[in-house]
Amino acid sequence: MIPALKIENLSKVYGNDFEALKGISLEVEQGDFFALLGPNGAGKSTTIGIVCSLVSKSGGSVHVHGVDIDEDFPAAKKFIGIVPQEFNFNQFEKTFDILVNQGGYYGLPNALARERAEKYLKALGLWDKRDTQSRMLSGGMKRRLMIARALVHEPKLLILDEPTAGVDIEMRRSMWDFLQTINAQGTTIILTTHYLEEAEALCRNIAIINHGNIVENTSIRDLLKQLHKEVFILDTVEVLPETIDIAGFKSQRTDDHSLEVEVEKGQHINDVFTALDSQGIHISSMRNRTNRLEEMFVNLVESAA
Amino acid sequence: MSLREQYIALMTILRKEVRRYLRIWTQTLLPSAITMSLYFVIFGTLIGSRIGDMGGFTYMQFVVPGLIMMAIVTNSYSNVVSSFFGSKFNNSIEELLVSPTPNYIILMGHVLGGVSRGLLVAVIVTGVSLFFTDLTIHNLSLVVLVVLMTSVLFALAGFINAVFANSFDDISIVPTFVLTPLIYLGGVFYSMDLLPEFWANVSKLNPLVYVVNAFRYGVLGVSDVSLPFALGMIGFFTVLAYGYSMYLLNTGTRLRQ
Repeated sequence: MIPALKIENLSKVYGNDFEALKGISLEVEQGDFFALLGPNGAGKSTTIGIVCSLVSKSGGSVHVHGVDIDEDFPAAKKFIGIVPQEFNFNQFEKTFDILVNQGGYYGLPNALARERAEKYLKALGLWDKRDTQSRMLSGGMKRRLMIARALVHEPKLLILDEPTAGVDIEMRRSMWDFLQTINAQGTTIILTTHYLEEAEALCRNIAIINHGNIVENTSIRDLLKQLHKEVFILDTVEVLPETIDIAGFKSQRTDDHSLEVEVEKGQHINDVFTALDSQGIHISSMRNRTNRLEEMFVNLVESAA
Repeated sequence: MSLREQYIALMTILRKEVRRYLRIWTQTLLPSAITMSLYFVIFGTLIGSRIGDMGGFTYMQFVVPGLIMMAIVTNSYSNVVSSFFGSKFNNSIEELLVSPTPNYIILMGHVLGGVSRGLLVAVIVTGVSLFFTDLTIHNLSLVVLVVLMTSVLFALAGFINAVFANSFDDISIVPTFVLTPLIYLGGVFYSMDLLPEFWANVSKLNPLVYVVNAFRYGVLGVSDVSLPFALGMIGFFTVLAYGYSMYLLNTGTRLRQ
């Protein structure tokens, strides 16, 4: 199957000689939910900017659904919907008009553009704000407006740059649900985010970019397998003794009812439970100390620095 | 994009532009009507009655074509410069740049927006002028041609200004310090015959001289410059401005990184 996005040897040198991308290659399959991660200034937004034509590349090639952007960028653009990081709509226009205009820019007849605008404003819970000037919307609503706008021409590839930045938890969850629904319906999604639990919850594959290079490109499952150790926090029913020893495991008592245990690759957490059980200590709940992906991300970025 | 899709994109940009200036009509349409009424009262009626005839017409009849043209020039220019720079400023221009809309449609849509405002204001100002003088048209098709060419030229000039502007100050510098002096010195209020030979020759470097005179010829049948030469100059500057605007769009100057 033709990949939704194929980037080969892509480079970008800005006017001030800053080399933002150093020949990266990347492939995103159709139907994938793909995370593009990296610290600030790593080259994520430059990559996205090149794909959607806001940044001109210095070298390499980009194919969107098999269409080379150097040969027929307008045709490639029809496949793409872009949700940028910053709000980029006219603050004085009504939400409905913003969507209808965007449809027009993609050549949708007015009646169809209006129909789609209604469909996606309703889907994103903005229909009752259709006659409101966009500047009057809350931050979360503005983010949803940008998603609705990106979908009005029903692209096959949706690219979201930090879509849930500054959005409250409830709204974030509902946006996740929406994105998962359209992904299940066949839309390929590429997501950049700083919330690594978001990438872990939503995405199947991942690329980590740092200093203009791809430092990792794999499935999230395989990436997490590379974790050499995980630190679990165990909450206990009984008050913990001042010193506690779990054979073969590093552990640390953090308070009367909490214990941190390091589980290295090849070890089993069941052995921890057994050891604690034998000492009359029962576990009421357990969680990771940090997000697993976050730990992996920090390791990769630090080792590439 | 198919031709039909390009037409839809063009009409979308034009509709958006027209809605924008109609929404803020007190800033876009009303000022020209008021300013021109004052010009008609002060220069045409009060001062004009003491000046007497000019070029074989009453002073009021003489200044009306120039003032209408002045309104067309400033409004065509202002509409594009403020709208396009506004889109750049709030990044909403990205809506167009990421879409498959071709660059020439983007340019044409904004230029047509400027032209439509120029024409609308021309109709308003002409209507106002009828309260002060009778207006007979010497050559209607020439009037229409000059109005269209001029509004396209200055809409393109406004576009170029908007591309290079970094702040709202930058979009008022050219109209204030370049456009207005050129208009005032372009023969709106006087005939070139009144100038000493040296200054009359210097004036011929001013493109507004050709615009004002070509239009005045269409309305009154008199001109200080040769009509074919005037039309040729307007056409030349229009082609130049279009070519440069397309170059800026195709290279993404100040629009893409």
